[in-house]
Amino acid sequence: MRKMKRRTIIRTEEIFFRVIMFISSMIIAATLFLIIFSIFYKGLPSLSWDMVSQTPKGGFYFGKEGGILNAIVGSLYLAGGSTFLALVIGLPLALFMNIHLLSKTKWVNAIRFCLDLLWGIPSIVYGAFGFTLMIYFGLKTSLLAGIITVTLFILPIMVRAMDEVIKTIPIGLVEASYSLGSTKSETAYRIFFRQTVPGIVTAILLSFGRAIGDAASVLFTTGYTDHMPTSLLQPTATLPLAIFFQLSVPIREVQNRAYASAAILVFIILLISILSRIFARKFYKNQIK
Amino acid sequence: MQQDTKIEVKNLNLYIGKQHILKNINVKIPPNRITVIMGPSGCGKTTLLKSLNRLTDLYPEMKVSGMILIDGEDVFHPKEDITKIRQKMGLLSQRPFPLPMSIQKNVAYGLRISGRKSRKGIERRVQRYLQMVGLWDEVKDRLKDPASGLSIGQQQRLCLARGLAVDPEIILADEPTSALDPLSSQTIEQKFMELKEHYTIVVVTHILRQAKRIADNIIFMYLGEVIEQGPAEEIFNNPKEERTKAYIMGGLY
Repeated sequence: MRKMKRRTIIRTEEIFFRVIMFISSMIIAATLFLIIFSIFYKGLPSLSWDMVSQTPKGGFYFGKEGGILNAIVGSLYLAGGSTFLALVIGLPLALFMNIHLLSKTKWVNAIRFCLDLLWGIPSIVYGAFGFTLMIYFGLKTSLLAGIITVTLFILPIMVRAMDEVIKTIPIGLVEASYSLGSTKSETAYRIFFRQTVPGIVTAILLSFGRAIGDAASVLFTTGYTDHMPTSLLQPTATLPLAIFFQLSVPIREVQNRAYASAAILVFIILLISILSRIFARKFYKNQIK
Repeated sequence: MQQDTKIEVKNLNLYIGKQHILKNINVKIPPNRITVIMGPSGCGKTTLLKSLNRLTDLYPEMKVSGMILIDGEDVFHPKEDITKIRQKMGLLSQRPFPLPMSIQKNVAYGLRISGRKSRKGIERRVQRYLQMVGLWDEVKDRLKDPASGLSIGQQQRLCLARGLAVDPEIILADEPTSALDPLSSQTIEQKFMELKEHYTIVVVTHILRQAKRIADNIIFMYLGEVIEQGPAEEIFNNPKEERTKAYIMGGLY
């Protein structure tokens, strides 16, 4: 009798958690679907070849002709540049934390704590910080200033994401590498790197997504222009700001173009994540579990 | 006189926190023999083995004092180039850890570490080392496949080949057969018997029968101490210490 009761409780518990799990997965999936749906529903009709192949002509923001090619190119430059810069700084740092500082647990934890704090700082603050840096160095709003600011903004995200993957490398693999007589750098770049490529790709994607999608950090630093970016020292248009400006115009047509711009942004992110997954697969099969 | 001791451990003490793991260890290991470190689980055998090539560096909580001399060079001396010393020793761990790359590259990695560059030479040597561990025929058609796809027994032999490719003088093996099936274990033991002609081999095991099969020399450890050491026959047939006797008779686990 008692046994029966216990079994019922266990079964109810099981069902309860399964329902919760189902509901939360559904909420996430539905949110994603709704966002993509509304962007494409409102944006696709206004999406034309002109949108992606031309710069804004006079009166573009009042519904006249033109496109946002300048913002697409600008965003790709900005996100590409800052992701690259963050990778150059971030990968060595993440590897250093897990290899050279392996025996200095306090230091590693201190660094992790700092990075987590930095992660929590809103991007508008990075924008303001970038702005003061810019003035200090006598830079004007420019692609370069934007790249530097966004690099600072995505660096903690990238390093912590890599760190979390590198941390999971089994100690046996480290022992194997060292006992072959590898140096710390060989262990880092030949073995840790290979073992964690899929995770590193995820970290890069995460950072790239933040870099290309953030408006606040580029507002003061990169500026905005209707021209194609031709130099690191010129103001450069970006997609999030293009969306923002179009969306704040009280004309239906222009607002719909904002959704078209958002669709382009989503498409770029999707394309890049698929491409890098394919690239990472080559390394995935070599992974030691 | 240098020739009858390859590795000498002098007054080695190791603590983890307040726990005294290795208690004043003094050991001499002769060249071109199989020396088996034997004892029940948790008596510090593995820790002693890992001290030999200073893998203790990886565990910040371990505090070590004493000396370990390999050909007269102190492993713990801060001025010694530890990567050079480690290249003298190949390690086989309890569970094989191939590197995250193809079968061929695993062995080639060892070759590159020891400074060989030419492509042709590397290919030839990869084949030689794979043949040495009896893996060549099994993998020759899939050298480019990931090493993670091999069976555990094959992986262990691959790790042995990789270790040999560095051209070491010593092979350290930490319960190398504990994750393997009987047949693979036998292969590994056989390889050790063949290899001892050119290498100094140190094997950690808690399997008494394995020790009897392969050992030339025995170091018997119990609760962090070396109780007895000497030629295998002597220890098995005529143990001096009560605890050694008990372990050999199967009473001490």
